[in-house]
Amino acid sequence: MSDRWRSLLEKICIPIGALVAALVLFGLFCALAGANPFGVYYSIYRAAFGSWSSFQNTLIQASPLMLSALCTALPARLGLVIIGNEGALVLGGLAAVAGGLTLGGWGLPTPGVQLGMALAGMLAGGIWIAIVGALRHYRAVNETISSLLMNYIAIALLNHMVNGPMKDPSSLNKPSTYPIPEMHMLGNLPGSRVHYGLVLGLVACGLAYFLIQRTTFGFAARTAGGNIRAARVAGLPVGKLTLAICFLGGACAGLAGMVEVAAVHGRANESLNANYGYGGVLVAFIARHNPIAASLVALLLGGILASGGILQRSHGLPDATVMVFQGLVFLSVLYSDSLYGRLPIFKARPARPASPPMATATPV
Amino acid sequence: MRNPTFQVTRRQAIRGLLATGAFGLTVKLSGCSTSPTAAGGSDTLTAGFVYVGPKDDYGYNQAHAEGRASLDAIEGVKTSEEASVPETNAVQETMRSMIDIDGATAIFATSFGYFDPHVLALAKDFPEVQFFHCGGMYQEGVHPENVGSYFGYIDEAQYVAGVVAAHASNSKRLGFIAAKPIPQVLRNVNSFTLGARSIDPSITTQVIFTGDWADPVREAEAANSMADQGIDVLTCHVDSPKVVIETAERRGIFATGYHANQAELAPQGYLTGAEWDWSNVYKNYVSLMQEGKTLMNGGIPHLVRGGFKDGFLKLSPFGPAVSASAQQAAEAAQAQLVSGELVIYKGEIKDNKGKTVIAGGKELGQTAVELEQMNWLAEGVMGSVG
Repeated sequence: MSDRWRSLLEKICIPIGALVAALVLFGLFCALAGANPFGVYYSIYRAAFGSWSSFQNTLIQASPLMLSALCTALPARLGLVIIGNEGALVLGGLAAVAGGLTLGGWGLPTPGVQLGMALAGMLAGGIWIAIVGALRHYRAVNETISSLLMNYIAIALLNHMVNGPMKDPSSLNKPSTYPIPEMHMLGNLPGSRVHYGLVLGLVACGLAYFLIQRTTFGFAARTAGGNIRAARVAGLPVGKLTLAICFLGGACAGLAGMVEVAAVHGRANESLNANYGYGGVLVAFIARHNPIAASLVALLLGGILASGGILQRSHGLPDATVMVFQGLVFLSVLYSDSLYGRLPIFKARPARPASPPMATATPV
Repeated sequence: MRNPTFQVTRRQAIRGLLATGAFGLTVKLSGCSTSPTAAGGSDTLTAGFVYVGPKDDYGYNQAHAEGRASLDAIEGVKTSEEASVPETNAVQETMRSMIDIDGATAIFATSFGYFDPHVLALAKDFPEVQFFHCGGMYQEGVHPENVGSYFGYIDEAQYVAGVVAAHASNSKRLGFIAAKPIPQVLRNVNSFTLGARSIDPSITTQVIFTGDWADPVREAEAANSMADQGIDVLTCHVDSPKVVIETAERRGIFATGYHANQAELAPQGYLTGAEWDWSNVYKNYVSLMQEGKTLMNGGIPHLVRGGFKDGFLKLSPFGPAVSASAQQAAEAAQAQLVSGELVIYKGEIKDNKGKTVIAGGKELGQTAVELEQMNWLAEGVMGSVG
């Protein structure tokens, strides 16, 4: 019991410590840039969480990150480092537009069109990342590199479709697809300006957690992630697991693209490529690939992004400041990874001398 | 039974208390250091400016930021600005915050992609705030009352830059590095080429599309390959001309700038540049607003566009490599554009496949709709749109 608590506490304290360290470093940076660090901290807090209105801004920024983070977090449980979120998101958006226009053209009612868009987006994103998984499993291609490169392909594909086959001829100076009719757009949550993407993000994070921690599928995936040879020996279908979990991860990012299209842009164009994918990678790593933690971290990062404006407008800091902050957070969290199991305070203590044989048997 | 976890929870509690205490302290300490940002009295006009990239990009965003900075000198005007705001709902949040927190009553949204859906959405939420969008997309009867558009016919300045480039070039081959084959860009490529060919009809312009508004790597590659081919004057239409101008200087060839003044990046080879004169445009808007005129009461026109004559454009000061005759020719062309004697798109104009696109004797003035839909490259341009 005590060890379990200690390890849980370690998992909570180390990331928080890393965040505090990043805040201190960022404070130094602000001081060097001529701003009062405490004023900056206060502004960040106020702009991100200070009032309902500013918190909505945070939620708006966070919702695409939740979905996109799962594209890294899910495959990570199988030991794969996938950073193809941006590509899956972009293609998901593109497929959602194609689906929405087709189904809308058939005269389907709004819920049908929206469902179709979501499925199209998930399918496109899922297949995209499943390709990465297949390359990994069948051809032993490094999944990090291939998923990164597939981002460029996806973005090029988006540009091609938007400039060519799917172009709305009236979108002269900003080539875009035909717009989704207003009535088929995703609305906002009642009493707010936050769209339904937030709900989808939270639900997806919850489902992902359940899938990984509470089902045999998740257990099999974690086993394969822990030791792939052992998993094979135990008769687990590692290939199928890889493809399935990559598909699910990609489907989440594809859904994020669908939400961007259906709730924000109303059409696909180059604005879809807005770095939500890379933001999602950041979220997944900080959350240590835990889907529930990812939703919280997405809120935190959303808050950081939401405060970017106030740093410029109230403190006269350069526009890259928020990127510096994000970079410091990322670096210190990655570094803190090396502290697990190193801090004496969190080390498992040997059991009481009353039962010496137990000491060696204590699971860590 | 003693619970061994108790120790840990106590520690946790103490940490939590310390953390909240420290937080409270920070809030207290900093409370006095932040100055209130609420709007001033009713006679102060607060305007918010939103840019899509950094303010010091030597290009599109810098041109707008310099325009914004020129308002600092005006009494009774307060501005607030935010750079690197992406064309997602982040820009809606930025504009909302400028209105709610800074008290802005006029918003200048300077990136093309901000208009639909972002500016349109906010205009609906804040009918009393005026939204000015850079890009000329306003349509009467389609868009809300409190939305206006402004844009310049900067291809006039590109025409004059082409005249200067023609004088400087020895190889008679010019290079144009462009982002995307969209009408606005094609118009600049064609006007630059027509300007150059008005001096020497044997001149050609090689055009390379990078496919992206900001792709420094591909821009540098394009500039280098053009220099390798013997092209000796470069210009561009990308968000930040910095890389192109610097590469030209390093390769010892000439360059003409775009958006803003890049002379300091190429002290030897910078000839001139097609620049926006946003300070003039913004000052005009502000003085109209200070007189109590608005988009809603009809005092400010919804669509404001213009060229040299209307003060939307300027040329960068001529560089050391520009000959006296080149200067004269450029100044003459500029004067003729202002007076209306010179019409850039005056038939007969052929495209680079030999097809006549503007019939002989036909003149397309700057406001012509045909020019807004340009999808061809003029004779003398090497490259293709597709």
